[in-house]
Amino acid sequence: MKMPAPNASVLSRKDQIVSRLQAVLPENAVISDVAETRAYECDALTAYRCPPLCAVLPANTQEVAAVMKICHDMGVPVVPRGSGTSLAGGALPTADCVILGVAKMNGVIETNYPDRYITVQTGRTNLSVTGAVEEDGFFYAPDPSSQLACAIAGNIAMNSGGAHCLKYGVTTNNLLGVTMVMMDGSIVDIGGAYMDAGGLDLLGVICGSEGQLGVVTEATLRILPKPEGARPVLMGYDSNEVAGQVVTDIIKAGVLPVAIEFMDRPCIEATEAFAKAGYPMCEALLIVEVEGSDAEIDAQLALIMEIAAKHNPVELREAKSADEAARIWLGRKSAFGAMGQINDYMCLDGTIPVSQLPYVLRRIGEMSKEYGLGVGNVFHAGDGNMHPLILFDANKPGDLELCEAFGADILKLCVEVGGCLTGEHGVGIEKRDLMHTQYYPVDLEAQMAVKDVFDPAWLLNAAKVFPLDSSEARRAAGDH
Amino acid sequence: MTPQTEQDLSELIKDAQGPLSIQGGGTRSYAHVAGDKVDMRAMSGITLYEPGAMTIVAKAGTPLSEINAALAAENQRLAFEPMDHRALLGSTGEPTIGGIVAANISGPRRISVGACRDFLLGVRFVDGAGNIVKNGGRVMKNVTGYDLVKLMSGAYGTLGVLTEVSLKVLPNVAQTGCVMLHGLNDALAIKAMSAALGSPFEVTGAAHLPQSIQGDPITMIRIEGFDASVKYRADRLRDLLKPFGDTTVQIGETDDGYGTHKGWKWVRDVTAFSDQPGDVWRISVKPSDAADIVAKLDATAVQYDWGGGLIWALTDGGDLRAKLGDFKGHATRIRGAGDAPVFHPEPTPIATISAGLRAKFDPRNILNKGLMA
Repeated sequence: MKMPAPNASVLSRKDQIVSRLQAVLPENAVISDVAETRAYECDALTAYRCPPLCAVLPANTQEVAAVMKICHDMGVPVVPRGSGTSLAGGALPTADCVILGVAKMNGVIETNYPDRYITVQTGRTNLSVTGAVEEDGFFYAPDPSSQLACAIAGNIAMNSGGAHCLKYGVTTNNLLGVTMVMMDGSIVDIGGAYMDAGGLDLLGVICGSEGQLGVVTEATLRILPKPEGARPVLMGYDSNEVAGQVVTDIIKAGVLPVAIEFMDRPCIEATEAFAKAGYPMCEALLIVEVEGSDAEIDAQLALIMEIAAKHNPVELREAKSADEAARIWLGRKSAFGAMGQINDYMCLDGTIPVSQLPYVLRRIGEMSKEYGLGVGNVFHAGDGNMHPLILFDANKPGDLELCEAFGADILKLCVEVGGCLTGEHGVGIEKRDLMHTQYYPVDLEAQMAVKDVFDPAWLLNAAKVFPLDSSEARRAAGDH
Repeated sequence: MTPQTEQDLSELIKDAQGPLSIQGGGTRSYAHVAGDKVDMRAMSGITLYEPGAMTIVAKAGTPLSEINAALAAENQRLAFEPMDHRALLGSTGEPTIGGIVAANISGPRRISVGACRDFLLGVRFVDGAGNIVKNGGRVMKNVTGYDLVKLMSGAYGTLGVLTEVSLKVLPNVAQTGCVMLHGLNDALAIKAMSAALGSPFEVTGAAHLPQSIQGDPITMIRIEGFDASVKYRADRLRDLLKPFGDTTVQIGETDDGYGTHKGWKWVRDVTAFSDQPGDVWRISVKPSDAADIVAKLDATAVQYDWGGGLIWALTDGGDLRAKLGDFKGHATRIRGAGDAPVFHPEPTPIATISAGLRAKFDPRNILNKGLMA
């Protein structure tokens, strides 16, 4: 993975930069010791590492603004960091950058139930947003798998999804307003506790911009009343095609489950060995969950079970108790851990039209043989968001490169059938150089034009999202 | 000028010598836009519809009626319930899907399922320099690059002319019910709507009309879904709302009445104002601020949607914003004339960003010039 060469002038001014940052931040909020900066050398894409020039941990919007102003004035690149759980390298530093971590900013600013929103500092973790409102019967809907650790700042940067977005949408559908610090240190408020933009939908383009347009320090999020209850069913089929057809039939029947999860045989086998959830050994397994009162759940599940039964399932299991429901989810929730027991893995998240599921799964199986690398599939089937987990051995020379080539081929396949490179993880550095397969240069120009407006010198997380050759002239112009 | 293809449109824009007024069905002109008219209706037709993937792709000039008919045949719908402006604005013609997306038009269901922009999966457009650009796609989850899809929705054609849009659709519902409260004042009605929206009973519409056709205030809470479920939730809501006053419940369709499709269409299209003279404003606010804001308006008539978050106000002219001063939200003049800008003036830092984006996407400032800024 190529990263731009660090700016020598910035590297040579490290002491000066650090002392200016120390002057505006409390003691201990600037980390410049070489050994200590290693804590920030990577995110969850651990194959790539680079310690930053230094890291700062501001405690509020004003401190973030002070840091940004200094970096702007001194021409120092900034890489924002939430909790560092990005699977795409969104928070990977460059050697000449200041890592701006929002971890200290984790407070709740306002909770409002009549108007159904919460305003938080963005270092707060996803799960603790729900934690702040659940006793009063509310929750925050987007639920990425890393929700225990991941920060709202990163969720906004990547427009994170989760298992339940078939019904509730992703981050952008649940974000009402932000306070954001621009690269020049100015503070802007966009949106608020009311709906829709009065002018251009800036919030819409900020969400998912991978920390390239500004640093979001506070966010107003929509919270929803918790449903009365939820219950999953598990179904097993002996072919991916049939399972794919069941997904389509359920959607067409007019039921809208909150989640439809899909696991294929390699994943089921790994999961069973690891978590012993009691899954049937079959080619494809679906978990479908619906919400409502007991009677409403019964009615919806009756319809779903009827559809499922028509397709000759090898197993059809409805949770009769909370314990049984937990067991159904157990395997799914342990899937990544289970695959990790077997080997190192790379997790992709290309999205495809639901109708292409059987074809894409078959092709992935064929490619797996060609590359000689195992792959398990566990994903959100209702919205076509795949999660192929490619197994490789990090200690075996050449295996990572082989795995990346295989991954790139899978993502190209996703684009080929009408889908996209990433459904919820973001582009980061991981898919940066594949952007050409999905977009023409003119499409990328239009996106980069937006960054030109927010960050004319291209100092903010600049080596991400866009292929380096596409962004080269802009990044070079920003170098001081 | 009537471009037949994306290429036509690109050349037309490249060759333009002056401003262009972009038009779909021409049913939603909030203000006069100077320039040569570009009629998008020739670029029409559904290019892809996959009911099993809940996705439809159509060229921008496709009539809404054609989309609705295709969806109805598969028992699906555009869940964001786009408002029809014809009666309110006295316009004729057939709304197009491109116009709906460009203006981010939603209806009462916006409160629960989201706005038009939340259902928009992808766009193709021609920018002000004639570049043909695509963004997003036709899958439900897509974070590949910046989300220009959202930026284009609600830009009213000022950043680019939409040529094709891709939308998520949802299943139709089997049953509709409505719980109605009678005689509440505005503040109490908003509290009642907040209570309903804060319940687990999946309210898909919450509107308050201070003056119903019968003259008395009416507050409407809509629920949708399977028959038994709608009845169950109607009962639960009725219990929940008891402290606010007497309720009536309507399940299913009758010929008339507020709780019917006809009643919700009446709310959606702000039909009450359509045959009354005066300016019409659309104000987005925090629901709990709404009653105080309305008290300052000195309006001829008002209507609340989105649980109080959307205020429709009929006034006898002038700049309504001047009466409100600084408030959290925004006001758009949907009908009327006068010096006040149609769109809410933005604070300087935001206006600077917006102007920067316009300069990038429409460097000659020719697309619907002056409409938004």
